[in-house]
Amino acid sequence: MSETPTSGPDLAEKNLDTRKTNKLALLAEFWRYFSENRGAVIGLCFFVFICLIAIFASIVAPHGATEQFRDAFLTPPVWEEGGTWKFILGTDAVGRCMLSRLIYGAQYSLFVGCIVVSLALVIGVIVGLFAGFVGGKTDTIIMRAMDIILAFPALLLALALVAILGPSLTNAMIAIAIVQQPHYVRLTRAAVMGERTKDYVTAARVSGVGPARLMFRTILPNCLAPLIVQAALSFSTAILDAAALGFLGMGAQPPTPEWGTMLAEAREFILRAWWVVTLPGIAILVTVLSINLMGDGLRDALDPKLRRS
Amino acid sequence: MLLYFLRRFGLLLPTFFGVTIAAFSFIRLLPGDPVLLMAGERGLSPERHAELLHQFGFDRPLWEQFFDYFIGILQGDLGHSLITKKPVLEEFFTLFPATLELSICAMIFAVTLGISAGIFAAVKRGTWYDQTVMGTALIGYSMPIFWWGLLLIILFSGILGWTPVSGRISLIYFFPQVTGFMLIDSVLSGQKGAFSSAVSHLILPTIVLGTIPLAVIARQTRSAVLEVLGEDYVRTARAKGLSPLRVVGVHVLRNAMIPVITTIGLQVGVLLGGAILTETIFSWPGIGKWMVDSIFRRDYPSVQGGLLLIAAIVMIVNLVVDLLYGLINPKIRHTGG
Repeated sequence: MSETPTSGPDLAEKNLDTRKTNKLALLAEFWRYFSENRGAVIGLCFFVFICLIAIFASIVAPHGATEQFRDAFLTPPVWEEGGTWKFILGTDAVGRCMLSRLIYGAQYSLFVGCIVVSLALVIGVIVGLFAGFVGGKTDTIIMRAMDIILAFPALLLALALVAILGPSLTNAMIAIAIVQQPHYVRLTRAAVMGERTKDYVTAARVSGVGPARLMFRTILPNCLAPLIVQAALSFSTAILDAAALGFLGMGAQPPTPEWGTMLAEAREFILRAWWVVTLPGIAILVTVLSINLMGDGLRDALDPKLRRS
Repeated sequence: MLLYFLRRFGLLLPTFFGVTIAAFSFIRLLPGDPVLLMAGERGLSPERHAELLHQFGFDRPLWEQFFDYFIGILQGDLGHSLITKKPVLEEFFTLFPATLELSICAMIFAVTLGISAGIFAAVKRGTWYDQTVMGTALIGYSMPIFWWGLLLIILFSGILGWTPVSGRISLIYFFPQVTGFMLIDSVLSGQKGAFSSAVSHLILPTIVLGTIPLAVIARQTRSAVLEVLGEDYVRTARAKGLSPLRVVGVHVLRNAMIPVITTIGLQVGVLLGGAILTETIFSWPGIGKWMVDSIFRRDYPSVQGGLLLIAAIVMIVNLVVDLLYGLINPKIRHTGG
């Protein structure tokens, strides 16, 4: 992006006004490129829709997530024979409303995505900044440690970590965040290495900017683009991995209406009641797809190199 | 080239050492008494407990324990499974061919389909074909494969009845393992119908496991080909009057394949992760299912050994990919990368 880097603390104050308008212009430019990508806009709309459903779950959902109706086991969806309007998407094997469970499930998936990305992003960026900035032995040790984490298939390592921590949604989130943060470390470090020797950094250093401010205020804003794209990607990966762990019985535990866990519970009815298997999967797919669509748009809008391809 | 190889290999050693530390710490980080975890026995008397503590060496300093563990690894001793009492290494390599067979098939599926779809999408850029392929690829990329597997089972096994639900081959066939690859063994056995049974068992898992690599490879191929199509030498080749097929097939692909090969190499880790889910769904007797089962059975020596071996495999494959990369692209070999 064409942002002119700040060059020291006192200059920054004078530039405050121009910066504000600058930011608006940047945002407008960003939106122009983002909205050029039709898929990204569709993804964004869907994502907002899912967010709204998650936020207003208790209003939107017709029934409670764990409320059982003992007279309605495995009721098919309303358009199938035997379906009722009371349970639009049918009920599961113990008589819980599928639609309500799916709606509440959105809360869990988005929550997982937010927590995992924040954890991995914050830790990864700090470690990466540190490694890239300090360099030398510290850098080598940190990067070797990241190589070790990346040597394991992500899901396998997450599984092993959950075995250590104990199966629960919280621990699944921690495990996934640990598995994901090396990507942020590598990205941040690479960006810092590229920026470190540039003139504006030297200028800031010479004008007496301390190392912490240099790292977070001077360098970091210029490394943000790849990090934002990575955050979008890892948001969707986090949802997928958490659902996979739930599916394997190592994530959220029943009766939590987490989509992966719902699928695991539904497995035995796979040939008898298609809706208990199909619907949670569609929910996962649509959520992940909308985030990936957005991620593609973000990448196109933020990465000038790829913009015209 | 040898120097390049040695340097790459040298970079691997500290990582491998780190992986052994990680695997070593795994058992010690687990909650609960490590003796009980390792012995897999309940209600131990204090004497027996002390005896086992000594036998496993938990009473010695940590670095000594690690040293023994590391020497053991170098000698191929990864401990014994708590359930079967067999050496972990032996267990692993009995099951590994099943995973390897499935992974190879999934990779062939993903690479052939992904590269050709990607090339066509790039050449026919902007058409409905391109949009359909890229849209499908994005869906594939976003696919929760454990659900995708269940969906295919519902459709092809449940409704259509074309494929079996689980396992590697129908139970009516029995023959000795020669290569461990069911496709080859079934042919070697000479039994009628064995091969087609093995194939029909393999189809759905292959599709499920290959879906995400397929999507990634298709996307990567498309963008790599697009990038190369814009180069001057491609214009030159076109201006020379070469046929479009020759331009794309020879001039473009050669250079476009370099990033694609890296992508393919990176998919190996994805594949082994996906094998965990795919094998669980299809009851495929490979290492992915074995790892999950071991975790549930609290067979921690097996989990520990499996973690180490899988990481080692991923690292070796990445090394091979790096070497291939150097072979195709002399620039990297010479500048040291």
